[in-house]
Amino acid sequence: MITRQRQIEMKILPVVSVGVVIGVAGLVIAIGALPTIAGLVAGVIESYVPEELRPAVGRGLGVAAIVGFLSQFPIFAIWFERKVAAHTQDRLGPMRVGWHGVLQSFADGIKLLFKEDIIPAEGDKPLFRLAPYLVVAGTFAAFAVIPWADGLVVSDLNIGLMYIVAIGSFNTIGILMAGWASNNKYSLFGGMRSAAQLISYEIPAVITILVVIVQVGSLNLQDVVVAQQGGVFNWFLFQMFPVNLIAFVVFFICGLAETNRTPFDLPEAESELVAGFHTEYSGMRFAFFFLAEYGAMFLVSALTAVLFLGGWQGFLAEPLIPGSLLFVAKTMFLVFVLMWIRWTLPRLRVDQLMAMCWKYLIPIAFVLLLVASFFSL
Amino acid sequence: MKTYFTDMYEAIVSVAKGMAVTLKHLFKPSVTQQYAADEKPEERWKSLLVPEGLLSDRSRMRLHVKIEDCIGCKQCERACPVDCIYIAAEKRQKDALPIFASDGTAIKLAVPQFDIDMSLCCYCALCVYPCPTDCIVMTPEYEFAESVKGNLLYRYAKDQPSPPAPKKEPVPAAAGGE
Repeated sequence: MITRQRQIEMKILPVVSVGVVIGVAGLVIAIGALPTIAGLVAGVIESYVPEELRPAVGRGLGVAAIVGFLSQFPIFAIWFERKVAAHTQDRLGPMRVGWHGVLQSFADGIKLLFKEDIIPAEGDKPLFRLAPYLVVAGTFAAFAVIPWADGLVVSDLNIGLMYIVAIGSFNTIGILMAGWASNNKYSLFGGMRSAAQLISYEIPAVITILVVIVQVGSLNLQDVVVAQQGGVFNWFLFQMFPVNLIAFVVFFICGLAETNRTPFDLPEAESELVAGFHTEYSGMRFAFFFLAEYGAMFLVSALTAVLFLGGWQGFLAEPLIPGSLLFVAKTMFLVFVLMWIRWTLPRLRVDQLMAMCWKYLIPIAFVLLLVASFFSL
Repeated sequence: MKTYFTDMYEAIVSVAKGMAVTLKHLFKPSVTQQYAADEKPEERWKSLLVPEGLLSDRSRMRLHVKIEDCIGCKQCERACPVDCIYIAAEKRQKDALPIFASDGTAIKLAVPQFDIDMSLCCYCALCVYPCPTDCIVMTPEYEFAESVKGNLLYRYAKDQPSPPAPKKEPVPAAAGGE
């Protein structure tokens, strides 16, 4: 029997499917044409904006574009993650809202917008309000130096990698603040664990970044990508085998730990801490934590792609596919690997987490740095 | 010192094995059956169904009324603890042909309304026991889920209400419509 709801769905479904196809195609074209679009915008700025304002307007537009992209990315990523999770467990995942549930995240987002915003009566109210913004700001700010294509970067900092390392630790303050302000022992535990985890894993992450820096001789991310020119075997992943391959694995593990995702999701371990630092959060503030988590996922993947997978460099020496499209494709593949790991591995214990970092990752990273420095003298 | 390296090796191998398993499952057809939304239910539900005859005859599932046998005594309506049976009974015309239930009881009342709201039914079978003609029974049929609640209101009556409306209005069914 076909119900009325089903009849409505059947009427909407073709429209939605066509919309999704057009949307995906448009997105691919837009990402591929990013340098061209940026060039056009730069031309417009040059002809209409006075010279002293040009850098400010250009960066402002870049920031707007990145914030726009990053606030829409979780809508897709959450749907994708639920699909990956479902299919690894032989389930289907969201199927009802739109074509294979593509509109599910929109529905959830609207629901979160309308939820009551509850602040614990005994909590530290200003800090409680501030924490989600700090977490989001820390994640989003790091995107300022990510090179999307040749010459396409919001701020071409000379010390880009150091900036990312510094600003990447910023959201720990937000998480710690959220845990403290909730006035809840589980939240505080979650916040403290997050801080401990991030401080520990920052060390091997920075050392493996150093392995790359030693070979490039520059902290600028554009220089890092340019150094990997000339086809797939010039990517750092395959150079100086096996030093960079191990460095890639170590860096990716550290990135995984810094995004607080399974198997390193101790700050929000459901079985121990309810939901960790965001136990007391609801509505839009909770959505901000989600936004930051998926933003951090994209950031770690983008950074790994830039450092080891050649950024916007192609598989072949001659560019066939637009660089920005290649960069986003590599990043999305790494995002998929993050999800794949999340739905494969169980959570570590706290002592195992620390043992893994201090007993294994840091010594390995140091050896790698020594070898890399020796060979790049 | 030796275990330090063997541990590392084992960690890498076991993680790789686990990831291979999940990757294999990622491309396996999923086992989920989309129950009510499926367009061709029979084909996909078959594996889920309890084979015929496996359920006991005394299973208390869907109610069924053999309306030809109903004498309109309303004993089931009174017995129902959740009041999910709605019956209207009225005297038959005097010149109508005499009819009998299958056990020989004369049917003196016409039943223009005999509704059972299965969304309210609590499957206690208390309506089954008082029925003098055994016309209301519990069947082993359990597959009657509906997407619209109103579809669970089963209307069994076959008799037309007599042209002048009966003085006592039949109890309106609670869950009618959509």
